[in-house]
Order: sequence, then C-alpha cells, then structure tokens
Amino acid sequence: MEPIKDHSGPAIVTLDGVTKRFPGIVANDRIDLEIRAGEVHVLLGENGAGKSTLIGMLSGLQQPDEGRILVDGREMPIRSPSHALSLGIGTVFQHNMLVPTLTVAENLALGGRWWQRPKIAELAARVADISRPLGIEINLAARVSELSLGEQQQVEIVRALLRESRLLILDEATSMLTPQGIAELGALMRRLVERGLAVVFITHKLGEAADFGDRVSVLKLGRKVGEIPPEHLRTRDRAELIDEIVAMMFGRQAGDDAVSVPLRAANDDGLLEVRNLSVTPTADAQGLDAVSLSVGSGEILGIAGIDGNGQKQLAEALAGQRPATGGSVMLAGQPLDDLDVGGRRRQGLRYLTDDRLGEGTVGAFPVSVNYFLKQIGEPPLWRSGIERSGEIVARAQDLTRLYDVRTPAVSTPVGRLSGGNIQKVLIARELADGARAVIFNKPTYGLDLANTLATRQRIRDIAGQGLAVLLISTDLEELLSMCHRIAVISQGRLVGIVPNGAGAGERVGRLMIGLAA
Amino acid sequence: MGGFLSDTFLAALLFGAVTAAVPLLLAGLGEQMSEKAGVLNIGIEGMMITGAYLGFVGAYYSGSFWLGFLTGAAGGIAVAALMALLCVRIGLNQIVIGIALTLGLDGLTALLHHFQFSRSYPRLPAAEVTPIPLLADIPVLGPALFRHHLIVYLAVAMVGIMIWVYRRTQLGLNLQAAGDKPAALDVAGIDVIRTRTVAVLFTGGMAGLGGAYLANVGAGLFIPFITNGAGFLGIVLAMLARGRPLWVLVGALIFGGCLSMTTAAQVAGINIPTDVIQMLPFLVVMAMLVLFGRRASLPAALGIPYERGAR
Repeated sequence: MEPIKDHSGPAIVTLDGVTKRFPGIVANDRIDLEIRAGEVHVLLGENGAGKSTLIGMLSGLQQPDEGRILVDGREMPIRSPSHALSLGIGTVFQHNMLVPTLTVAENLALGGRWWQRPKIAELAARVADISRPLGIEINLAARVSELSLGEQQQVEIVRALLRESRLLILDEATSMLTPQGIAELGALMRRLVERGLAVVFITHKLGEAADFGDRVSVLKLGRKVGEIPPEHLRTRDRAELIDEIVAMMFGRQAGDDAVSVPLRAANDDGLLEVRNLSVTPTADAQGLDAVSLSVGSGEILGIAGIDGNGQKQLAEALAGQRPATGGSVMLAGQPLDDLDVGGRRRQGLRYLTDDRLGEGTVGAFPVSVNYFLKQIGEPPLWRSGIERSGEIVARAQDLTRLYDVRTPAVSTPVGRLSGGNIQKVLIARELADGARAVIFNKPTYGLDLANTLATRQRIRDIAGQGLAVLLISTDLEELLSMCHRIAVISQGRLVGIVPNGAGAGERVGRLMIGLAA
Repeated sequence: MGGFLSDTFLAALLFGAVTAAVPLLLAGLGEQMSEKAGVLNIGIEGMMITGAYLGFVGAYYSGSFWLGFLTGAAGGIAVAALMALLCVRIGLNQIVIGIALTLGLDGLTALLHHFQFSRSYPRLPAAEVTPIPLLADIPVLGPALFRHHLIVYLAVAMVGIMIWVYRRTQLGLNLQAAGDKPAALDVAGIDVIRTRTVAVLFTGGMAGLGGAYLANVGAGLFIPFITNGAGFLGIVLAMLARGRPLWVLVGALIFGGCLSMTTAAQVAGINIPTDVIQMLPFLVVMAMLVLFGRRASLPAALGIPYERGAR
C-alpha cells in the first residue's frame, strides 16, 4: 500500500479570515482553513462551535460577513447551492436532503432543467459506474422513505459524485449510523480520497476524528483553536491524539472527564419491575412486544438501540402516557397499571422526556411555573385554585440554586434558556417530592459538553441515592460510561441484556444491528 | 312523463353535471399543482371571479368566446402573480393573503360590473358546441356528454397532460420536491421560489379559465359573486385527490352532478325545494372528507414559505 501522504494535493478551497455573525452571536470568527485534494479534513467541535455555519458558507446557503473564500486559489464568493455544485463542492447534510416521497432515481434526477425528461436509464449506468468501485449498492427503484438512514446517506454521497464533486462535505454523517455503518463510511471516505477527492468530515466525536482524519481542525465557540497536520497525525497513536484534541477542545487534559460506573447500593432488590409490557404499533410509531425488565435500587439500566425502535414508546408506556395493551408495571411491589400519569408520578415514577420544549415544558411560561407544572392546582402552591405567587417564586429560587439553573430570573420564560438549563429545570421538577424510579429519554441529546457532563453526574448521583434509573440513549458511549447493565431494544423487543464491562460495547453494538451478542 | 329515471331527466342531469364540473375540474387541477409545490392557494376563488369577470368582458366586447377564455385566463394569472409575489417571494401567510384576495376581488369585480353595466345583465349568445362524430348520436349519453364546447374536451384532456407532467417530466419531480422537501430541491440547484411561482401562475391561469367558462358558457352572463364557492370546491377536490389528477376529474363530476340536480329536476318537472338541492354538494363534501379525507396525506411543506438556510 502506498503511503497516505502521497495523496495530499493542492488546496481546492481556502478560507481566509472568514467571519459570520448572527443576531447576538459570532458564529464564525476569523476562520482560516485549507481543504486539500486527497485528504480527509476533520472539522471537530461541540454543538455551537460553528461547524454548521461553516458548512452553510461552503455550500452556498449562507454568505460570510467578512473574509474571503478561495476556490483553486482564486477568490470566489459561493453565491448559492447551485453555484457550489458547479464549483465541484457537494454536501451531504446532517439532516438528509432527499425527498422521501420520490424514488432514489427520481431524487438523483432532481436538478435537471424543467423541460427535460428525467433520464433514468442513463442515470442507472452512471450510478453503477460510480458506486461499484466504492462497494456501494444503490437500489434506484426504492422509495427513499423505505431506506435506512445509512442507505440514504450513501445515496447522497453518490449524488454528490454524480455531479462531479471534487470536494465532498459530510456533516455529522455518523450521528444516525450503527457502529458497523460508521466503519463502512470510514472505509468509503478512504477510497474517495485515494481517488483524489477532498473530504470534509464534520463531527463532534473525538474517536472518529482520530480514526478517520488526515488533518484535524478543532473549532470552539466559533474560533479555530487548533489544527493537527497529517505528518503529526501519523506519528501519534490514538490515545495520544485524543488527549491532544481534548486539550484543544476543552482546554484541559483528558481523564478529567473519564467516567466510571457508579458503585451500586447493596440492597439491589428490583424496584421497578416490568413484565411483558406490550403496546400496539400504529401507522407512525413502533409498538412494544412483551418487554420485561427489572431495575434495582441504585441501578442504572441502559436502553440501547438505533433511534425509533420503540424507545419512546417504552418510556411513555411506563409513564402512563401511552396505553399498554398487556403486561404489568410494578414499583416497589405496587402495581401501577391502573394509574394514570399523575397517579404514577405520585407513586414516585418519574419520566424526563427527550422532547424538552414540546412536551416537557411550556416555553412561554416562566421558569418558576415550569418547576411545578405537574402540581398546578394542588396545595400548597395553589389554594382553592388561586396561585400563590410568593410561595412559587421562593421555592423556584431554591430549586434554581440547588440545581444550578443559569437563568436571568425565575420569571424568565423557560423557552429562552439553553437546552442544558431547560434540562436542569426538568430534572429539578421530576426529582422533587418522593421520586423512586426515574426514566431518562436521551438526557444529553443536543446539550453541549459541559451540560452533558453535568447531566451525567446528576444521573449518577440519583442512582447513588438509591433510586432506580432507566437510561434510554442512542449514544452507546454514554451508556457504556454510566450503566450497570445495558438492555438492547430492536423493533419493539428487548433482544438482550448485557452486563457492563470489558467487551460490552461490541456485544451491544452487535445486538443493535440484529446480530447475536 | 317525469320521474327521476326518465330520459329527459338523465340527459339534463348529465349535461348539467358536465357543465358544472368543468370549472371545478379546471380549478381543482390548478390548485393541485400549487399544493403539490407546497403553496396552499386559498386565493383561487379570487382568481376565478376575476377570470369570470374579465372573461365575460372579453367575450362580450369581442364577440369571441376564445378571446374571452384568453382574457379570463390572463386575469387569473395576474391575480396569481400578486399572490406569488406576496406569499412565495416575500413569504407572507398564504391563508391570510388568499382570503384577502378572494374577498377583495369579489368586491372589485362587482364594483366594476356595476360601473360598466349599471344594473343590467347582458347575455352572451349560446356557446357553439362541437359534437363528437358518432359518439354524439348515442341516445341520452350522446347529447349529455358529447355535445359541448371544445374547451370542455380540452379540460378533460388536461387531466391526461397533468398525469404525464407529474409522472414523466423533470417539472413534475421539481414540483413534488418543492412541496415535500424544498430544501432538497434547493441544494439540488433548482430555485424553489421560481418553481413555486410557476405552480401558482398555472393555478391562476386554470382558475381564470374555469371562471370564464362558468360565466360565458355555463351561465351566459356575469353577475357579481357568480363563482359562489366554486374555487373553494376546487381546493377541496385538490385536497381529496392529493397528487392524482384523475381523482380531481371524478370528484368534479360528482360535485357537478349534485350542482345540476336543481336544473335537471326542474326540466323533468320534479318538485323539490331548490334550497335542499343546493345543499347537496356540501353534504357530499363532508361525506367524502369523512370517507377519504382522513387518509389524505398532504405535502410536508404545504403552507410553509421557503427560506434558504432557515432551520
């Protein structure tokens, strides 16, 4: 095999001091970047680091306020998405850009002149030419809504290549993929750069940056805080690289946020017992098929699985928000089956939804009222249906201090807070007054690193106090760092429960994609 | 003589059904394209009344039905251009603008008609029919279905043309993408605003043509508010048919049949209160919505103005 460095070619696109402002925020602050042919250039950064804005400018969706973009060394403002395509810049967006109601072939044909007939037959030949050497199989006749997310992504990559892209931008391409899918994508990127393309790979996962990148640029709060060139990348091993990147990203050493599974309380009797819980599937929601599990006192049981395999239905059926067609739920020996949402809550079963703004809070209500949303009308905060504002504000201020909610005031509408702070409000609400078992649905989804770590610590503390925790997450690393046992859900069934420990990640990953552990 | 099953009644009913169905068909096909492209075109009633008025004026002064259809379609397109500017390019609320256009143009055409003709309602001569050889001689069905103005056959042919456009052409793909996922169309290098504008203008042309037919051929005169909800029935048809032009035709014939019951009953000498029969189409709308409406899945981006890069 020839050495990788021989692939690095001339810069295709250069950013020179590019700045982009939005009201109240500098999304990109004087960014310099060189994207070279034959390189996988990883753009690494947390949520809000400015990655999406940068992609928006490269793909013609947004225009920089200051600075220059050079294409092949010449200054060239990228005016629109079609202009970006004509310059050879193809983008695979995080949220896919395929029309779900059209077939793959029709999607690939989009973009022709309107008076033309879509040339499906000619397309098939060209698609085969492009996809075969890359080891991709494309079913042109399939409707896009029937494809898996990984398959949709491959269609988008092929589409970019059909347009003769020299630079392929992959925005958070791995966020919806299985571990195997991620490895395949990595191999595909390698084959693409070997053919002389440039790939920009945007991610917030350190491991992927170290595994896939020829060059890594780190963004933080809109600024580029570091770059690791290829010669440097190749001479370090993975662990060293990750340490180095972490230092750039967070300004502190790795290991600070190394996580350990919390010790379990000694009395680990089953606190939350679920037997054969079933939910009928509907047209747009997965059902549940005889789910049984038991969570002990002080235990964190993880629910792993690819998104949309019944996780939300499980959480909602437990919380009483979704009718179960069979089975039973017991909390500390008490059956909950005949209780509604409020009744289960009073028994101590609490649910933190992943839909923090839509379902968890009322965005226009003040923070203070959102703390007590589930007790509206009940004494002591309400007397005879009348709100006792003084009492509510006083209690809200206590909770705000206790849970470190960063809000200008308790009268601020909760919708104005960041995701992390809304999550803190929810946690404060759900842990109040006799919680015994807590269900978390994707508790760190969409949070930045600091809030993610704070939330994870909070969950460990909750378990440490002897509560039973059911932690639903699509982030396998999160589950591996927190859970005592990890159950895997697939198409509404629990397909296995794996005790956490050495090798657990691989076993869970295999179960997730339908292989035996 | 008389009775619901007499030849006279059937022929009158079917002839009337086709005459009443044509404006609904044209409006429904037009609305369907707007909706496919993601624009809920509530202004279609206003486009139709404008088409009816200008179509009548054009035919009245020139003496040519075809010129009347031309001015009617042009009037509809002019209103549609205003709607496209406000709702597609500037991105204002489609429902508010649509209602405003409809109410405003109902009033404006009534006013203009008053200035022009005072309180008289001049009539056009009966429209020239083009019988289809052989078919027109079939008893009952012949006179009912195959002795109409040429534009009727053209309207039915439009169903086939629209099926071809949606299934086989690049324009059809672009329209569907504009309604289901406009961002995908944009990044494929096609201007979403332009695609939607084309769709809205087409709606205007079809609605204007439908209005002109309604006034010139159907009624033979213009009276204020003559469209009387035909545009809204077109919206209902488009909603029920989702993307399928053939269903617009089927629905238009059903509604047309209901609308023509009154006349047909009178011709056949059957005595039913007209008010009862005039309620029929709306009862049928409700029944059809209950039967088919629940399954109708509308384009994902229907009614949402497109803004590049918005999240």
